[in-house]
Amino acid sequence: MEGVAQLRRQLVDYLTSLFQEGFLDNQFTQLQQLQDESNPDFVVEVVNLFFEDSERLLNELTKALDQPSVDFKKVDSHVHQLKGSSSSIGAQRVQNVCIAFRNYCEEHNIEGCLNCLQQVKQEYSLVKNKLETLFKLEQQLLAAGGSVP
Amino acid sequence: MSTAGLVSRRDCSHQLHVLAVDDSVVDRKFVERLLKISSCKVTAVESGIRALQFLGLDGEKKETAGFDGLKVNLIMTDYSMPGMNGFELLKKIKESSTLKEIPVVIMSSENILTRVDRCLEEGAEEFIVKPVKLSDVKRLKNILTKGDKGQNEEDPLLSLPLSSHDLASSSTSSSSPFKFLDHRSKRPRLQG
Repeated sequence: MEGVAQLRRQLVDYLTSLFQEGFLDNQFTQLQQLQDESNPDFVVEVVNLFFEDSERLLNELTKALDQPSVDFKKVDSHVHQLKGSSSSIGAQRVQNVCIAFRNYCEEHNIEGCLNCLQQVKQEYSLVKNKLETLFKLEQQLLAAGGSVP
Repeated sequence: MSTAGLVSRRDCSHQLHVLAVDDSVVDRKFVERLLKISSCKVTAVESGIRALQFLGLDGEKKETAGFDGLKVNLIMTDYSMPGMNGFELLKKIKESSTLKEIPVVIMSSENILTRVDRCLEEGAEEFIVKPVKLSDVKRLKNILTKGDKGQNEEDPLLSLPLSSHDLASSSTSSSSPFKFLDHRSKRPRLQG
């Protein structure tokens, strides 16, 4: 059973790595700063909304790009939304793929769009995993009697 | 906590009431938190239509002038929304004799100059590039509470003499607290 100090260290190191690897950017720090004793679950709540919203959008994108005649305006609209919400929580890599994705929409490049869809699904899946791990580490720390840095 | 009527009206008159309009559930939650942490009362809605309904401008209800409890001091709206976008909402508000004095701020993830200019020309007080920062909200709040002269006459504390700056800049009859800002300074600051 790990001590509080060790758990804390693990959490800090993990979070740092997420920033270093570009999964998260400064906007995530902004979110953390908005959390306090009166709203201790703010970050988890926003991130969960992001997960739900993203999954809906990815489904819509898959459907839209699967049509015999692709409505690029619709595709772009979904990507724009995904770009917005990923930007709001600091999911940098997801956001970056969305930028490229929008360019392909503008060009009506179906290949490019399909590639981006795959990429954005991957990046989303990665960041989801990372964030869930982060939250788990936080829980462990709290359960051991520590406080989240 | 709040009973309808005079007691709650007095309590609410200190707090700025902001109507936030955004189709993104993530952004609504985020902006709501920014505003609450800045001690503002928030109503967050998902569309321009809902915003107009809330403001009593859905064409059916009459403006109930005495109902200060719902008074909105600031509207912050996203630009890109399905159906009625932020610009169209702005227009509707500025065309309304009852609502046009309410300051409207546009939020957008896209810093497109023609878009910014169009919004400012239509009467938006500011154009904020997303993601919105706590400092943006603080700035808006400071401007509003300094310039907010006519809306708090019930409260003796808030009718203290204005600073000489306010007096100098309030020569126009409009009660908008933003009028003394240079048009150019409303342009979004560069990120960094």
